[in-house]
Amino acid sequence: MRRFGAALGAIAIAASAFAGEITPSDRRSGYEFMSRETRAMQDDDTANPGMLWVLEGGTLWEKKTGAAGRACADCHGDPRASMKGVAARYPAFDAAIGRPISLEQRINRCRIDRQQASALAYESRELLALTAFVARQSRGLPIDVTIDARTHPFLDAGRATFHRRQGQLNLACAQCHDDNWGRQLAGNVIPQAHPTGYPLYRLEWQSLGSLQRRLRNCLVGIRAEPYDYGANELVDLELYLMWRARGMTMDAPAVRP
Amino acid sequence: MASALINVPARAKRGEIIEIKTLISHVMETGFRRTQLGAVIPRDIIRRFVCTYNGTEVFRAELHPAIAANPFIVFSTVAVESGTLVFSWTGDHGFSATETAAISVGGPEMAPHTPPRSEPSRETRDGPR
Repeated sequence: MRRFGAALGAIAIAASAFAGEITPSDRRSGYEFMSRETRAMQDDDTANPGMLWVLEGGTLWEKKTGAAGRACADCHGDPRASMKGVAARYPAFDAAIGRPISLEQRINRCRIDRQQASALAYESRELLALTAFVARQSRGLPIDVTIDARTHPFLDAGRATFHRRQGQLNLACAQCHDDNWGRQLAGNVIPQAHPTGYPLYRLEWQSLGSLQRRLRNCLVGIRAEPYDYGANELVDLELYLMWRARGMTMDAPAVRP
Repeated sequence: MASALINVPARAKRGEIIEIKTLISHVMETGFRRTQLGAVIPRDIIRRFVCTYNGTEVFRAELHPAIAANPFIVFSTVAVESGTLVFSWTGDHGFSATETAAISVGGPEMAPHTPPRSEPSRETRDGPR
């Protein structure tokens, strides 16, 4: 009898978790939850501190590096054309390793394979600068990750992570971001968790940071052991979040409180 | 690597009040924080920001440890003549950065009116510009 009850409970929880998915017309970017002042900061390219990284990324784009002595620009040319919409399509499937990889991982693959340089550390200034520079070229474009037979299992894995209760607080991402968005968590409004503007400048960090840094922050917040940077779980979760925000407008580098 | 973003209107009318925005990349480490092992992280801040307009100082700010990373400083000045604005930031550990911006001043010739550079009278300050 007890086992039967537990099974019923599990079904009820699963059903309520999936029923809570936000309908496309109700989706709102984190931008819409911000104060007027913070929005103004993001909208003005000379007030948006994220643009400092974009500026630095532009310098790195032109700089020859590694044993191959090649710059990003030597292969990709004008970033306004070659990188347009690229960030809006990541994580994307990488045939070589047979799973989706994040934009940061793609940049590092390019460094290792084409430039014969060392991989940049996650959250290092250089990697953030290059990612911000590439992401900037997608500003205003709709998020459009490719979901097909190859990527579908990873999307499902990401969705499962989003709905899985974790940590000492036993919370799932969905409990805050699907079921309780718009309400307060301490003094802050809970946003819907749409990754439209990464890498973004968080005033709390006083720095630019990647989506994975944000995800790890949330995991620590629910007292869970955060996955390592570049872990498959985080990339799958990124893929799910991008799919969940499909069609929404990219605004990288964004500013968030 | 120090990088800065400057926003100065490229053109202005003589006597017009122009807004200048500056943003510079800097950690602004307060000197009050400690590492996990208890060692003090040495202070590393920008201490002074100066803007000169054709050699004349038009704005100066002193910065302190409570100021956030990547200081964003906005101020205004009066467009008097075409020329160059020079922005310089100096700070701890020999930090020094300089940026310049050109401005062209012209447009409809106004009455020969040199905006007061020092100690404007109350009427001038409150009167319409």
